[in-house]
Parts: sequence; C-alpha cells; structure tokens
Amino acid sequence: MSDIPADLRYAASHEWARLEMDGTVTVGISDHAQEALGDVVFVELPEVGQQLTAGQEAGVVESVKAASDIYAPIGGEVIAVNEALTESPENVNSDPYGSWFFKLKPSDEAELDKLLDADGYKAASEADA
Amino acid sequence: MGQRTPLYDQHLAFGAKMVDFGGWDMPLHYGSQVEEHHQVRRDCGVFDVSHMTVVDVSGAQATAYLQHLLANDVARLQTPGKALYSGMLNERGGVVDDLIVYLAENGYRVVVNAATRDKDLAWMTRQAEGFAVELNERADLAMLAIQGPKARARTAELVTSARASLINELKPFQGLPEGDWFIARTGYTGEDGLEIMLPAAEVTAFFGELVGAGIAPIGLGARDTLRLEAGMNLYGQDMDEDVSPLAANMAWTIAWEPAGRDFVGRQALEAQRSAGDQPRLVGLVLEERGVLRAHQVVRVEGVGEGEITSGSFSPTLGKSIALARVPAATGDRAEVEIRGKWYPVRVVQPNFVRHGKALI
Repeated sequence: MSDIPADLRYAASHEWARLEMDGTVTVGISDHAQEALGDVVFVELPEVGQQLTAGQEAGVVESVKAASDIYAPIGGEVIAVNEALTESPENVNSDPYGSWFFKLKPSDEAELDKLLDADGYKAASEADA
Repeated sequence: MGQRTPLYDQHLAFGAKMVDFGGWDMPLHYGSQVEEHHQVRRDCGVFDVSHMTVVDVSGAQATAYLQHLLANDVARLQTPGKALYSGMLNERGGVVDDLIVYLAENGYRVVVNAATRDKDLAWMTRQAEGFAVELNERADLAMLAIQGPKARARTAELVTSARASLINELKPFQGLPEGDWFIARTGYTGEDGLEIMLPAAEVTAFFGELVGAGIAPIGLGARDTLRLEAGMNLYGQDMDEDVSPLAANMAWTIAWEPAGRDFVGRQALEAQRSAGDQPRLVGLVLEERGVLRAHQVVRVEGVGEGEITSGSFSPTLGKSIALARVPAATGDRAEVEIRGKWYPVRVVQPNFVRHGKALI
C-alpha cells in the first residue's frame, strides 16, 4: 500500500503538489509512481523561468526499466528546480515526498482545487493498479 | 493469465512484482532491481529460469543432425558435458534462435528460449526429417540459475555430497548429470555460477532452501542488466530471423570449417561474408547523464546511421550502456538521439563487465 499524505494535492498523472506558505507550489511524484517505475536512475528538470500550463510536459524521470514524462499539475512559472536530484535520482525512491522536482509560482491558485485530494488520488491510483 | 512455473507461489510470497515474459508470468524484481543486480555481481543470487525449453536429442544420427541444424559445430564437443553456444539459422542466414547444447551420455541436451518454444520445436522437427534422431522436450524439468562469485561454494553447502563434488569439479561451460539432476557451470550474467535442471517436483523445496540460506531471489529485470553488461545478446531484441549472426556479434559461433559441413544458412552466410556488407553489433557508453534505450537512432559522422538494440542503465558502471547495430566502418565515436537531442557516445567492444570488473 503506497503512502498518500493527506496535506497534498495530486494529479491523475501521479504528480503531487504542495501549496507553501509563500504562495508557491512544490511539485514531485507520488510514492505510487516511484513504486511503479522501480529504481530511478535519471531525472530531467524544467528550466527556471519556463512558463508551464497545467498538463504540460515539465521533465522526465527514468528508471532502469523505462522513461516517463512528468507533467505540470497546475500552470505557472518555474522559480526553482531541485538540482540535487540530478546527482542522486535514487532519492525519488527512498523519499518521494521529500524529493521535489520543481517549484512553481502559480498563474492561478484556483487550479489547485481541480487536483485530486488524497482520497480521490487513492481511488484513482488503485483503479490504475 | 500466463503460464506459471512451479515457483509462482513462492515468487509472490517473496514479494515479486510479476510481469508477462513470452507468455509466462515471471518475477520482474522482488523490491529493487538494482540491489538484485549488485547482489549477483558481489555475492550470488538465484533466478527461476524454468520457463526455458529443454530438448534432449538422441538417436544414431544425433551428431549429424545437429551439425546440419546449427551454425556452430557439435563435433567441437570432445569431453563429456562440454557445452557450446550456437545460432540456429534459417536458409536466409537469419537467427531462428540462439541456444546452448551440451554433450550428454546418450546424445545432446539443447536449451532454447521460452518465448520461441513453439517455432523452435517446429523448426527442429522439420529439420530432423531424414535423420535417425529423436527429439524429446523435457517439460518435466524445472531450471534454476545460481549466479555470482559465491554461487558454486554456497550451493555446494546445500546439496548432497555427490552433487557438491560435481559442483566443485565442473569446468566452465560444462554440465553433467548427478542422479536426476543436471548441473551445469553456465549462465547469462558474466559471473561464475550454475544452471541446475531438476525434476519440477523437487524445485520448490530446493528454491526455498537456497533463499533460506540467504541466496537472494533475482528477477528478470536484473537478469537483463546483468546480461547487457556482459555483452550477451537477448533473442528478439539484439537479433532475430532477419538478422545475420555476422551482424549480431556472433561470428565467433559460426564454424566455417570443415568447409564441407552444409549447415542450414551456410550459403547465405558465405555470400554475406564475401560481400562484406553486414553491419556490426557494438557497445555504446554514454558519458553524460541519461539512459540509452532500444530503438534510439545512432548517427556516425561521415559513415551513416544505426540503431540501439538493447539499452539500459548499468548499475555496475553507474552510467548508461547499450548494444547497437551500426555500419561496419563505425569508429570509436558516435551520437545517439534521446528525445530530440543528440548525445555523444563512445563505441566499444560489446563486453562491459566480467567477473565483477569493468572492462571499459
């Protein structure tokens, strides 16, 4: 059974999003996603300054097995990327909710409400498995 | 639901993630593919390879039959139990399958791939016409591969003394019977180790003993990265019925002498050899971050293009490696296209890791 923290929002494409105190949104991939991928060996991050719309490709995560795209769960400007992850991509497996990929300055905070809550994501990821 | 080996329930009990492989439900990994890979390189692990097809070849003309069927020459097998790797070719010189053949007491034992079982048996039966030979598929046998630097020593502690002495005496690429077990010092990882064929009824207990003794179960995921590091081909990916062994790093498995031995595919291979027009299978190493994958395009400046046939991350080397079919004139540099960008790669002999040591 995968871990789905209640304080995060989720995209059906398996990214998590956390609204921070300063209004920015941090993005990573879920425990379910890292488990399905297997050992992660490579991540490709977006560029700082890049404008993303919700659902747009924002990077790539590759395991030994396969490559998988990462999508922006909401629209916004990329204000930071987690460079440490390119050095230690295996952290995505050991700590999926600590291993953020990028931070966004949302263009419309209300888009967060369109994402799944923990219960909704739990149902979606179980149907997926 | 796919076919299941006798170990299916044990795989689930050990936490395996199961996948379809050539119609069989097989373990992909039991937690971490990378950990399992290191386990085999550094210590040892056990693979369920019961899905593979074992065929015993007997009869007065067994030797003549296999000399007709295979590109390698079973006459090279001079000592009991000695094994040979060979391609089984079609008339066009394409690879129907790759296999191992052991010299047995009353003929030969042949091990072919699981996914190609039906077409292999049909092809072998068709080619047997006119030969006094019997083919006997041994579906009653299960098979375990125990691989790694400690595989032989650790396994010898768990079997009868007769089997333990055999394990100690076997030479590389040799397999001999002991009772109703057949124990071979062969494998698909680039490490020392064993492949043991035993009655299906005995395999669940033996597999349990091996795992109980700390020999970790290893899934097909690590099997693939281990064989890739060892530069060993995977049938259906690195070669198939439309690929010549000359274009698959298998030239060494073709026994051209004696010139009079008319094996299936010989004429086509001779024409290819004199034309000198075959591409070659090489190794690629990506020095930058990223992962090489099958079917990515390889570009060789001033020479032409090729394609990756197998690619992955190499846990031992900590970087990505691949097998690729490229024009014969390819030098030591090339480029690979990954998601629209071109990355420089080194072209090397397709043999990256042996006995735990990096070769590149």
